[in-house]
Amino acid sequence: MKPTEAAVLGALSGVRDPELDEPITDLKFVADLRVAEDAVDVRLRLPTPFCAPNFAYLMVADAREAVLSVPGVQRARVTLDDHHASNEINAGMTDERGFEGTFAGETEGESLDELRTIFRRKAFISRQEKLCRTLLAAGYSAAELAETRLGEVPDSEAKEKYLSRREELGLDASAKAPLVVDPDGNRIPEDAVVQHLRFARITRVSIEGNAGMCRGLLATRYGIPDPEEVAP
Amino acid sequence: MYEKDGEKYFVVDSHLHFWDASPENQANIHGKQFIDCFYGYHTALSPEEYLWSEEKFQKYSEEDMMHDLFEIGYVDVGIFQPTYLEDFYVNGFNTTKQNAVLKEKYPDKFVLPGRFDPRDGEPGLEAFEELVEKYDLKGVKLYTAEWNGQSKGYSLKDEWAKRYLEKCQELGVKNIHVHKGPTITPLNRDAFDVADVDEAASEFPDLNFIVEHVGLPRLEDFCWIAVQEANVYGGLAVAMPFIYSRPRYFAKIIGELLYWLDEDRLLFASDYAIWQPKWLVEMFVDFQIPEDMQGEYGTLTPDMKRKILGLNAAKLYGIEVPSEIPQPDVVAATGSDTYPEAPLR
Repeated sequence: MKPTEAAVLGALSGVRDPELDEPITDLKFVADLRVAEDAVDVRLRLPTPFCAPNFAYLMVADAREAVLSVPGVQRARVTLDDHHASNEINAGMTDERGFEGTFAGETEGESLDELRTIFRRKAFISRQEKLCRTLLAAGYSAAELAETRLGEVPDSEAKEKYLSRREELGLDASAKAPLVVDPDGNRIPEDAVVQHLRFARITRVSIEGNAGMCRGLLATRYGIPDPEEVAP
Repeated sequence: MYEKDGEKYFVVDSHLHFWDASPENQANIHGKQFIDCFYGYHTALSPEEYLWSEEKFQKYSEEDMMHDLFEIGYVDVGIFQPTYLEDFYVNGFNTTKQNAVLKEKYPDKFVLPGRFDPRDGEPGLEAFEELVEKYDLKGVKLYTAEWNGQSKGYSLKDEWAKRYLEKCQELGVKNIHVHKGPTITPLNRDAFDVADVDEAASEFPDLNFIVEHVGLPRLEDFCWIAVQEANVYGGLAVAMPFIYSRPRYFAKIIGELLYWLDEDRLLFASDYAIWQPKWLVEMFVDFQIPEDMQGEYGTLTPDMKRKILGLNAAKLYGIEVPSEIPQPDVVAATGSDTYPEAPLR
């Protein structure tokens, strides 16, 4: 079966910028995509030549894995454009050297897993606050949130995203599990919910702000329209 | 000095540069990429009438700078931050020595911080001491993502960084400006992580740590640290220009900072020549938290703006403030314990 461009794009939309918690397709990081028989060529681009090399590497590696998961794809080449570490990352990817091999002597201990986990926890906290905000706006009190279980929360896009981030951390996402928990899955007691959400809020503000900044920089760099700022 | 609606503001621009990033001074491709990155920031967040050509942005004149800061930009005193980047630029990007030329020419206009690099070890320590004595330095600016030979950056937790901070304490270099960047080894860690500032700030309580760009892109981690450490301050360079292009986001940043840090630990900065103080000062004085967000973030008063625009930095550097400028008291940090304070809309 010959893979289609749409199928490849669909797979790429499952790859997120770990720091911005948004799909690389929405962020317009996919500069070019070519499908020829069973081989796929993808070029990624980033907002600046000095975007952090570790996140850049993760996105390139994740994109490659996503493309290879599409039925019919036998070969996938993902390259990074115009970055201070383009050469290292592209060569490392071709030779399948992994992050440590790509940046030999510049890493220490664990691979990138620890870094990824830190940002998954941030994304989880941010998505939780976003969902709780909609519930507060709908009339829930902070105390009620502390008592609420996942199954009692009405379905919404915010809930769906929250649950996906929660599952990524390996936390209980069943209907009976409490809504407000910390990134280790511990339930937040009623008297701590307010402070917990306060800190969750600034985590969300930070992630969303960074995403806005990156969109603006990418738009400037590649002459594409910068989406207007949207109300919170 | 800026005056609007009967209110007077003394302006200290706590982060400005006089760089040379011209092709002749670029040592390699990274020199070009670095200034391209700055130019991206400049074009993405400046009002159109303040946009420069790439050529001018790479190298501007002393006249441009004096005009933009002091003739039209309302700046009373500027803090002249060095960024050496000697691996990227033949003569460095802007070094203390280069900045000192203008400091000597306009002694009342500039405060001159220095810089150290812990990777320079023992010889660097002596050179740093000489630098401090030569220019009577009261501060340093550290760029932890600076490349140095094989190294792509350092942490304030490093043993040698502590040795240099001890030296700062000994020499009375009280203000440590910390600027995070995207490459710090080990590369598998988050280079923007400000946790090392936390450790340094608690180990050196007599030093002030000014985290440039309020920790962006790690605003949340910066605020968390600033809550724990009373000697941690936030420099508003890079956060300021959002006031024009993303005012609601700017309101959120300022709102969060005022909640977590209070108004006495925030320092205005333009990051000239990336942005110009003129429009930043004008817009900041006119700025108010949008009405629908005031329930969460409150409002800004002229006294808060006065502190942020100049009084806080003046206090850190002992800059004399004219008596016509009101000097409001320091506030005790207050955190509300209800969330949200008003219904969300």
